[in-house]
Amino acid sequence: MEILMCIVAGLLFAAAVYLMLSKSLLRIIIGTGLLSHGTHLMLLTMGGLKTGAVPVLGENAASYTDPIPQALILTAIVISFGVTAVFLVIAYRAYQELGTDNMDQMRGMETDD
Amino acid sequence: MINAPILPILIPLVAAVVLMFLSKSVKAQRIVSVAASAATVIAALFVLKKVRENGIQTVDMGSWPAPFGITLVSDMLSILLVLTASIITLCVVVYSFRSIGSGREAFYYYPIVQFLLVGVNGSFTTGDIFNLFVFFEIMLMSSYVLIVIGGTKVQLRESIKYVLVNVISSALFVIAVGYLYSMTGSLNMAHISSRLAEIGADPLVTVLAILFLIVFGLKGGIFPLYFWLPGSYSAPPAPILALFGALLTKVGIYAIMRTYTLFFYHDQAFTHDILALLAMLTMIAGSIGALAYKDVKQILIYNIIIAVGVLLFGIAVMTEESMAGTVFYLVHDMIIKAGLFLLGGIMIYAAGTSNMTKMGGLIRLYPVLGWTFLVASFALAGIPPLSGFTGKLLIVRAGFESGEYVGAIVVLLSSLAVLYSVVNLFMAVFWKTPEGELPKKKTQMASLFIPSAALVVLSVLYGVGTEAVYPYVMQAVDALIHPEIYIDAVLKE
Repeated sequence: MEILMCIVAGLLFAAAVYLMLSKSLLRIIIGTGLLSHGTHLMLLTMGGLKTGAVPVLGENAASYTDPIPQALILTAIVISFGVTAVFLVIAYRAYQELGTDNMDQMRGMETDD
Repeated sequence: MINAPILPILIPLVAAVVLMFLSKSVKAQRIVSVAASAATVIAALFVLKKVRENGIQTVDMGSWPAPFGITLVSDMLSILLVLTASIITLCVVVYSFRSIGSGREAFYYYPIVQFLLVGVNGSFTTGDIFNLFVFFEIMLMSSYVLIVIGGTKVQLRESIKYVLVNVISSALFVIAVGYLYSMTGSLNMAHISSRLAEIGADPLVTVLAILFLIVFGLKGGIFPLYFWLPGSYSAPPAPILALFGALLTKVGIYAIMRTYTLFFYHDQAFTHDILALLAMLTMIAGSIGALAYKDVKQILIYNIIIAVGVLLFGIAVMTEESMAGTVFYLVHDMIIKAGLFLLGGIMIYAAGTSNMTKMGGLIRLYPVLGWTFLVASFALAGIPPLSGFTGKLLIVRAGFESGEYVGAIVVLLSSLAVLYSVVNLFMAVFWKTPEGELPKKKTQMASLFIPSAALVVLSVLYGVGTEAVYPYVMQAVDALIHPEIYIDAVLKE
């Protein structure tokens, strides 16, 4: 199961890298979304996918799944959600001000300084 | 007061929350932020005294014993850096009164600066690797807002690149923490260190060491990973640039220091050779940039990269003497970079341009500013009585003693490049005959000049009072060279 998850996470990383290397700003932001999905899946896989009950004490099970990676992922999800929201708004403002979403046209030191 | 190490994180956090409610009144914001920054400095001094007298201070949050809860650890290195960061923030806040502009002041500038200080102080103090990630994110999120606040075209353009680079490096950080967790089953840094010592020189540990180097190198601006830094740092105004230049890259360097002395010291032949090579390339790349540009901001920004290279070389040599040099140089560089960026901001304001070929003759109108800048330049290059000397001397001597001749010579040559670039800047800005009439803005200068000069005076005192600082630095080095001191203090074995 871990191997399958590693392959899936790897595919997510590959797609994220491909999207982040493209010209359009929106595709780049979609790439960062996929990157954080891959990261979180990787974190869950690295904690181990052994079978066990959900980490709730009321289950009275013999063994539980590891609760720490789940807490870490929950933290990381909220952080990446905040950052993505900021990034989207900055992209929207940049589109209004600069009039382009093409990264090639956003270089420039000489024109509008 | 067993909870003292948390104060330098808690005070700016509470201040930031209070400041959010005061956004209507700029005057109240200024008073609260200066009071909070001063209180943070005092709290840091208090913790410094405790660490000096009683050794490493730890706080187990929520009274959960060490490997299971989050532990805050104030050893000498952390608290020295926390103190320096707090002093710099105080000076930058005072400097901002005149320079940042009322538009930014009304839109949550001061709370964000306090949140940045929360992130920086937290990163220096935490003893938990995932908590370090969270404090990194607090710091970075504040820096995203600071880089874009004001919303000019340049800022918007550069902030996109800055945010993207940091999103990628944060994702890599989480992956690295995941791998580390799968190998050691712990997140507490002291506990990870003792678990890794049991594993020993495993190739996977070396892979992890390089992954952490890539993560922190992206934050710190190391040779192949510094490409985002010159563009992004030139976008925001001078006080924000001073905060970035003095604090953000140094947190990356601190994290490399911490991980490479605590986690990854088992296969030094491989990892530390890579560190030394990257350090040399970083110094060379920084020197080329510092000599090539004609822009005040760009010259000072490339000097950040040179300093990162020097610090990285100090970490790579990894003897007691080189670590002492690195700690000396780290504190010096934070103070003097903040001072130089603030002075540079005044120069740009006085001349109305940041292009040094269009400036000139400022010494006639602003003699005190000119000579202060020259002193700061000499301190940056490491002229003996001033503060940059001791650190570089120790690093170079340790480099020669452990046979790293090329690296030590590159450090010396890079000092020459630093000296040439800043003295060239001084001569162009202050001595050359101006092209046109200089704009008269003398009335507002004092309130900008005092906080910048305070940092330069502090750096001069730091250089002259090396004897007084030395025992503190040696205490910091002791815990870096002997990780068991750190582990015992945290796990209380």
